[in-house]
Amino acid sequence: MAQLFTRDTQAIFWNNNASAIQRMLDYDFTIDRKTPSVACIVAPTSENKFQKFFWGADEIMVPLFKNTSDAKKAFPTADVLLNFASFRTAYDVTMEALEIGGFKSIMITAEGIPERLARGMNAKARALGVIVIGPATVGAIAPGAFKIANIGGTIENIINSKLHRAGSCGLVTRSGGLFNELSNIIAINADGIAEGVAIGGDRFVGSVFIDNLLRMQDNPEVKYMLLLGEVGGTEEYKVIEAVKSGKITKPIIAWCIGTIAKYYDSGVQFGHAGASANGDQETADAKNKAMSDAGMFVPKSFNDLPSLIAEVYTKLKSEGTIGEIPEPIMNTLPKVRKSKEFICTISDDRGDEATYAGFPISSVATPDTGKGIGDVIALLWFKKQYPKWATQFIETVIKTVADHGPAVSGAHNAKVTARAGKSVVESLVTGLLTIGPRFGGAIDGAAEHFKYADDNKLTPAEFLNHMKKEGIPIPGIGHRIKSLRNPDLRVEGLKKFAKEYFPSTPLLDYALTVEQLTTSKKDNLILNVDGTIGILMVDMWRALGYSEEEINKFISSGTLNAFFIAGRTIGFIGHVLDEKRLEMPMYRHPMDDILYQVDVAEEI
Amino acid sequence: MAQKAIREYDAKSILAKHWGEYFPSFTYAYETIMVENGKALTEAAKTNTWLNEKTLVAKPDMLFGKRGKNGLVLFKDAKPGDVKLAKAASWIDEKSSTKQNVYFSFHGDTPDGEAKTDMLTHFIVEPFTPHEQAEEYYISATCVGDDDMLYMSAEGGMEVEENWDKVTEVAFPITATEKEIEAKIRANIPADVADKDKEGFATFAIGFFRAYRELNFAYLEINPFVMQGNKIELLDMVAKLDDTAGFMMAEKWGDVEYPTSFGMEEKSPEVMAIEEADSKSGASLKLTVLKPEARIWTMVAGGGASVVYADTIADLAGIDDLANYGEYSGGPTTGETQFYAETLFDLMTRTPDTSGKGKVLIIGGAIANFTDVAKTFTGIIYAFEKYAEKLKAANVKIYVRRGGPNYEKGLKDIKEAADRLGLWIDVYGPETHVTDIVRMAVEA
Repeated sequence: MAQLFTRDTQAIFWNNNASAIQRMLDYDFTIDRKTPSVACIVAPTSENKFQKFFWGADEIMVPLFKNTSDAKKAFPTADVLLNFASFRTAYDVTMEALEIGGFKSIMITAEGIPERLARGMNAKARALGVIVIGPATVGAIAPGAFKIANIGGTIENIINSKLHRAGSCGLVTRSGGLFNELSNIIAINADGIAEGVAIGGDRFVGSVFIDNLLRMQDNPEVKYMLLLGEVGGTEEYKVIEAVKSGKITKPIIAWCIGTIAKYYDSGVQFGHAGASANGDQETADAKNKAMSDAGMFVPKSFNDLPSLIAEVYTKLKSEGTIGEIPEPIMNTLPKVRKSKEFICTISDDRGDEATYAGFPISSVATPDTGKGIGDVIALLWFKKQYPKWATQFIETVIKTVADHGPAVSGAHNAKVTARAGKSVVESLVTGLLTIGPRFGGAIDGAAEHFKYADDNKLTPAEFLNHMKKEGIPIPGIGHRIKSLRNPDLRVEGLKKFAKEYFPSTPLLDYALTVEQLTTSKKDNLILNVDGTIGILMVDMWRALGYSEEEINKFISSGTLNAFFIAGRTIGFIGHVLDEKRLEMPMYRHPMDDILYQVDVAEEI
Repeated sequence: MAQKAIREYDAKSILAKHWGEYFPSFTYAYETIMVENGKALTEAAKTNTWLNEKTLVAKPDMLFGKRGKNGLVLFKDAKPGDVKLAKAASWIDEKSSTKQNVYFSFHGDTPDGEAKTDMLTHFIVEPFTPHEQAEEYYISATCVGDDDMLYMSAEGGMEVEENWDKVTEVAFPITATEKEIEAKIRANIPADVADKDKEGFATFAIGFFRAYRELNFAYLEINPFVMQGNKIELLDMVAKLDDTAGFMMAEKWGDVEYPTSFGMEEKSPEVMAIEEADSKSGASLKLTVLKPEARIWTMVAGGGASVVYADTIADLAGIDDLANYGEYSGGPTTGETQFYAETLFDLMTRTPDTSGKGKVLIIGGAIANFTDVAKTFTGIIYAFEKYAEKLKAANVKIYVRRGGPNYEKGLKDIKEAADRLGLWIDVYGPETHVTDIVRMAVEA
């Protein structure tokens, strides 16, 4: 893998560090990436399913997961893990990701992971061929393709430092702050960087200078490298060996900071935890001399670094090794942008004509479109185009549940309210407010319990036993007067339609075996209309390819009840209009229909 | 710094606390006590009866070695092994009453290099343990490069540096399993360990190396330990802990202290206050005062940039002019930055300028990744307001260079504030090379 990242690279971001993620997305937008560089976020303590981020002036929703394994399952091609866990948990997060597999690189930002843990983690990653960037790093960048979190700083700085498109320098530093500084120096004195990595300030980091420089040696975009080392450690000597042995042939400009350390004893810690010289060869002076002796370009001091970069760049350019870098077109981030208070994913009234899930209203409204109310429900409730059999089933349900006479509690309420002189909408909602677990709720309940029994492969007898233990009558079973011998024709109609047009009806088939058992106990314990609707809805969604989990969500979120609400609204309005027409007076319940038993309150 | 030296007393206490876990087949009396003066020792004898019953050895416990060669080990009054409690107490009082010279390296018995002079404040007292030279052994462990190293020798109590040829070294990758480690240790027991001790030495070494790893020591040395059958004495120990593991080890390490080394200047209250603030913050605040009377003071953001500024000051002005080293980074709050700046301004304005060139304050930094420059500069401006008169009295010239989020506002604010307060200031952004303000300050 010659290139660390491409324009298609996507990351899983561990920990919802919103400002760093926004920086990545701003970068993506600026360089005109097609996909966001953050595929999803792992936020173990969040209850949310997604978080909004700006994408230019617009907003996008980035999915949130509770753990890395779910995130990876949902986004298998996201092969970078940005581990922003604290030093207490960063080790565990990395080790888990290595177990899960499928990551090409893991960046770890925490500073001060216990050294023994860091060593074990780095060794395991290396054995698995996973590149670890960090710990204690600000990250890495492939300009014009992918940028990790905060590296490069603000968008203004990124553009000033030419980090928005690939240049020709490969940059490797320990320090994250100086990474930015060097990007700026390279932009001013040369043409920017092709790839850059801040390897991290802790004593034990995953990928070291040589790992990154060897990859850059193979990356055709990199024409020369800049290595900024530090006092302490011997990593620079591995680079010297690679230069001497000819493994690295591209020119390297190199400098080790920390030349001051020689003036003080070991009591003064200069810079990072990794920066402490044990022995003469680990001093900055010794390393600078050794790198210079090996033929690398080493300035006299850090202050002379800019002119040396200009010199090497100019030489490579005059030799034709480096050509002109074309400036790509960039998107401009809006100066002011406002987060949206509401999100809408079903309809849109911004264009010429309002749409239902992308379909102009006129394309589904009139009879010649061939679309009915079932299609509209499919679009607005489920954001899908359902096949004819399914939309017709939905319409059948709506029609079936539209009314059930004036005596049921909802209709009665609506009528009483209308007679009190209230408006259509007021009267309607008093009716609707009775819909719930006891009125209309059998649809939800039947779907839930029958599905549970079917999912768990309960025999009808076991199912009955189970419900008995739970202490609830089976929802969807039983009718006041109808029985096997005197069947409910609405149920017969639904069953007939399903048998004829559904691809299959496994839950209905199961429910009918249950009905055989219940009716053998009592004649009127038949599968009633609520039960049939709930059960067939499950069969419809199964046949449409929804997962069991999605169907369970439909049930728990009350979607089935919604069909009843939509249908019965028609009937309630009918009753309200009926009352208006009849001009019936205010209703008062007859006193002889009330059992009064009022005791005098006891004193306590 | 991740690796921190601890006292011999603490090292022994940690091993003693977990002795049964790592050395179940050996006994260790753990008769050891640390005191700061003779009176404390006499007091301790009331509860530690062995101090009265046994003859004693006393020595300073202040992170430096070569105590014998420095004449700082008390083991004889008239003859070796006859030191009683009263003698130990009076010796400790004598040695702690005046500053002592300590040499850190020797050529044979001749001191090499300069002595450090400081007060002795901590002493460790233990029973005198009569034993044969042949019973003394050497063992240590640390991490070199990517590997853990175990060093073992049949020659205990020697100068290791001078006798490296007598030490067997064994390297272990971090991935080595318990089984592999055991086998490798057994296969590498130094040949000249007495035959009767070979099995015991191997068992002890395996336990020692496991303790080193599992208790997160960065360095652990016993030189020497005495092995008499299954009885072990730890005569001299040196240890460093990996303090980044502190959050996992709080229970296992107990109440451990990280003292400054002998001869180092005691941390000033200011430095300790910064350390305290650092430990409570998610950001990083570091300060070392190198030469409080020097003229160039730095307030630099970032671990790498702070080193580059120090390097450049040393190159262009020389280290005699450099007063401090330090850094603030990782997005400190306005309040934290203000506290850091005030501490620095206070230190730099305590003495008047003697160079005649005036003092210099470098407020430097690279181009920040995420630290809000305007926010941190607001903290510096508050500190300016508090210290303006003192800074003017000390004839301080201020050079600023910084980039990063919100840097334009930060630079504009700091310039305005300095002008309003009548402070001398020059302000530069990312178009100026990061360390170029050092050149300007030195050339001015």
